[in-house]
Amino acid sequence: MNGVTVSTTVNGDAVQFVCPPSESLLDVLRNRLNLTGVKEGCGTGDCGACSITLDGRLVCACLVLGAEAEGREVGTVEGMSENGELHPLQVQFIENAALQCGICTPGFLVAAKALLERNPNPTEEEIRYGLAGNLCRCTGYDKIVRAVQAAAKIMRKGRKS
Amino acid sequence: MEVQLSGFLSSAAGGVQSVELTGETVGELLTSLELRYPSLRDAIEQGVAVAVNGEIYRDRRDQPIPPGAEVFLLPRLAGG
Amino acid sequence: MPYETAYTNQGFNLVGSRVNRPDGIDKVTGRAKYGADVNAAGQLVAKVLRSPHAHALIKKIDTSKAAKLPGVKAIVTGDDFPDHTGGNRSMMDILENCMARGRALYDGHAVAAVAAIDGETADKALKLIKVTYKKLPHVTDVDAAMAEGAPIIHDWVRTAGVQPAPTTASNVAQRSEFGHGDVEAGFAQADIVVEKTFKTEQTHQGYIEPHACLAQLGPDGSGELWVTTQGHFTFRNVCSTLLGLDVAKLKVTSSEIGGGFGGKTHVWTEPVALQLSRKANRPVKLVMTRDEVFRASGPTSSTSIDVKIGAKKNGRITAATAELRYQSGAFPGMWAMFGAMTSFACYDLKNVKSVGYDVLVNRPKVAAYRAPSAPMAAFGVESVMDMLAAELGMDAVEFRIKNAAKKGTKASYGPIYGPIGIGPTLQAVKDHPHMKRRLGKNQGRGMACGFWFNFGGQTCTDLNIGVDGSVNLTVGTVDVGGSRASLALIAAEELGIDYDQVRVTIGDTNSLGHNDTTEGSRGTFSSGMATIFAARNAIEVLKQRAAATWDIPVDQVVWEAGEARAKGKQNSNLPPLTLKEIAAKSPRTGGPIAGHNEVVADGAGVSFASHLVDVEVDPETGSTRVLRYTVIQDAGKAIHPDYVEGQFQGGAAQGIGWALNEEYIYGDDGCLQNPGFLDYRIPVCSDLPFIDTQILEIPNPNHPYGVRGVGETSIVPPLAAIGNAVSNAVGVRMNHVPMSPPRILKAIEDAAG
Repeated sequence: MNGVTVSTTVNGDAVQFVCPPSESLLDVLRNRLNLTGVKEGCGTGDCGACSITLDGRLVCACLVLGAEAEGREVGTVEGMSENGELHPLQVQFIENAALQCGICTPGFLVAAKALLERNPNPTEEEIRYGLAGNLCRCTGYDKIVRAVQAAAKIMRKGRKS
Repeated sequence: MEVQLSGFLSSAAGGVQSVELTGETVGELLTSLELRYPSLRDAIEQGVAVAVNGEIYRDRRDQPIPPGAEVFLLPRLAGG
Repeated sequence: MPYETAYTNQGFNLVGSRVNRPDGIDKVTGRAKYGADVNAAGQLVAKVLRSPHAHALIKKIDTSKAAKLPGVKAIVTGDDFPDHTGGNRSMMDILENCMARGRALYDGHAVAAVAAIDGETADKALKLIKVTYKKLPHVTDVDAAMAEGAPIIHDWVRTAGVQPAPTTASNVAQRSEFGHGDVEAGFAQADIVVEKTFKTEQTHQGYIEPHACLAQLGPDGSGELWVTTQGHFTFRNVCSTLLGLDVAKLKVTSSEIGGGFGGKTHVWTEPVALQLSRKANRPVKLVMTRDEVFRASGPTSSTSIDVKIGAKKNGRITAATAELRYQSGAFPGMWAMFGAMTSFACYDLKNVKSVGYDVLVNRPKVAAYRAPSAPMAAFGVESVMDMLAAELGMDAVEFRIKNAAKKGTKASYGPIYGPIGIGPTLQAVKDHPHMKRRLGKNQGRGMACGFWFNFGGQTCTDLNIGVDGSVNLTVGTVDVGGSRASLALIAAEELGIDYDQVRVTIGDTNSLGHNDTTEGSRGTFSSGMATIFAARNAIEVLKQRAAATWDIPVDQVVWEAGEARAKGKQNSNLPPLTLKEIAAKSPRTGGPIAGHNEVVADGAGVSFASHLVDVEVDPETGSTRVLRYTVIQDAGKAIHPDYVEGQFQGGAAQGIGWALNEEYIYGDDGCLQNPGFLDYRIPVCSDLPFIDTQILEIPNPNHPYGVRGVGETSIVPPLAAIGNAVSNAVGVRMNHVPMSPPRILKAIEDAAG
């Protein structure tokens, strides 16, 4: 294998890995860095289960090459909790029963976090379109939208105080 | 008691719709049915369901059949 | 020991509350381990070579070049799977579906598999395998497969269920007839008869997690399988049978499951992974791609259905018939039979007949999909019910109420109903505020009823009390949608302790007796029942320990509010002993305290739902928007209402996708043209509104808490409810699902003439 050496930041930590130039960032995260919270549902950018942030921008890890992470900041679901505290979105997904099987949950959480960073007070429609790149087959999205609304409210309050 | 057959169970028994059988439990009933219609053995072996007074039993062979009960033999069900 | 399963109208402290699920934190942090999330030292990666043809003879498979590729450790073809089935044809069908035996029966059928040191090498090896095919004529449409002169899929198939038994091969594997009365006489009495033909296209369960497993099988025939499945015990039995293994020597562990909906009740690649592992004598990981999931794992049937219903002017139905043609893929199924059984189950009919034809085609082997076969039959029947109501000048809900089945009705599939919930769900529709919403331009409202058989089955649980009084509950039914929370609530309710004191684990196949697959809406119904009994058994032990501590007869001890209390004046000096106190002393009072139960949980009872939907259709594009959706269903008793609502909403959403978008599109070459989520479009968040739910609680007389299964029925009404709503919005009867924009536009244009 003609590997590429890549230096990057994952969830705030400096990380170095070697991968073939053709390997996706999704495979790197799952198979080389053991970040299996990033899920693979399709490998073609259609399901959003592998949603991560790259320099703060929401992307599908399956559509990014591992080599492209060089010098960038990668954020995954594993980095959402801070100082041992769950992120408000994580708390509200549990409180609102916004998951059944849970395979889409990491992708939804990352996508919802990115959405709320752009728009702290989204309407229902903005939430629905903001999360339209993530597929869930269990819930009909009802409780997911409610969880995001609840988390947004809590986060807005937190910001004011 | 009168046991009613339906679907492919009826055709496997040569087209009969109902049959007079004895048995105090679902298991006894199926045993006497198989004795009467050996052609039903495969179907019974692979699984059937028995409705006793409208309640469907797939597995419980020890289920008692009260006197005068309505008994209906159904194909075994699958689910998702 | 027999257990008292009858409903007792007991009060509850915890059951019915909306607690947080115990696996929630694992799932929101990414820690939960699904099928593809584990690895073993020295593991190989497996990939499967699949037929590019709809139907072809496999004349030769040359693996020699692939075998020489460095890093390739094992290759298997059909020849590597000797027949251990002992003449059991349905097991042979499963094996042949996992790996072709001389003939590729559909686009995507596995013909060879490779295990190599990494995925890249395995992919290269697949390209080096040379398969010589001879293409055969194919058929993928259900009606075409039944027609004279259609290519015959299997020359050994004779139509079952017809007299006299046929002597020539047919694509019709089985004919099934249900019903009673005299339908000809019934139609003669009718003032109005409506007859219509319907088609529904093939859909996939569409779980987001592809099939995945990690298999290890040694030359001694003992092994382990980590797999995403709805039923690890069933997978163990099937894999053992297919590979000639002792059941006890194959340990199967169910991973967290990323959705199943029936599609993970069957094995697709697991026996292949095990055989590769045996050949290479190394662990083998096999993960399907999304393309493989669509092409080669269980979709549901596409169908073609004729429905005819006649009624008197007063609104009473006099006769009803249906002919249902369901394709089961390249192997025989019983799917049309379920369609025939469920089609008219909502109604009280004197004269009724339904006939199902199970038909073979060159498509993947059909698997159960949530209330399998019922949604398509309901689409036909509930559409004709609306058409008939319109002809009669009656309200669609009133017409259904007038003909609804009730206690004492002879069901269309045979037996006489006990207490059932169709009437109350219809009444709830009538009374629902949704009915008062005003419809705008291009909008339409539709409703439909749905029926499904639930079932229970073999179940085994273990409840162990730790020295600190915390409780481990081990169950064998895979948790597909939050059942661990419900089962912890039940255990805590019985023991009289806090919900947080109970930890629920899904046991592997070596730690519990057999449990049937989580299917048939049985998870919470059956494991709930076994948990009640296991907890009550543990309480007997707790009472004995308390009695021994107090040195009084055990019949003077009762269990109340989580503690043992000594009854009677003579014992008034004895303060109660809590579960914690008894548990703390257990090492010196007889050792661990446990309760165990194995049960065949029959008596699940049948299930009914009514759905109500408003849509708006854009007459320019033919695109449909769901504006409001209401699900009303009987749950018997909702143990955890959040997850009951979740089942209602999820089933409705899947039904909406089926009604409006989802379909397998086959080309003239018999190949699937849309094996991906871009072209096979399941509903996304912006496609749907909030889905309102109303849980009715009509206790199931055969469950101590009155529980009924809730998982499946919610997918039955949506096709018809949306079909009725769209038809009302555009003024043209829709009879082909999915009602995609081009189909709606064409229907409008055809009607305009």
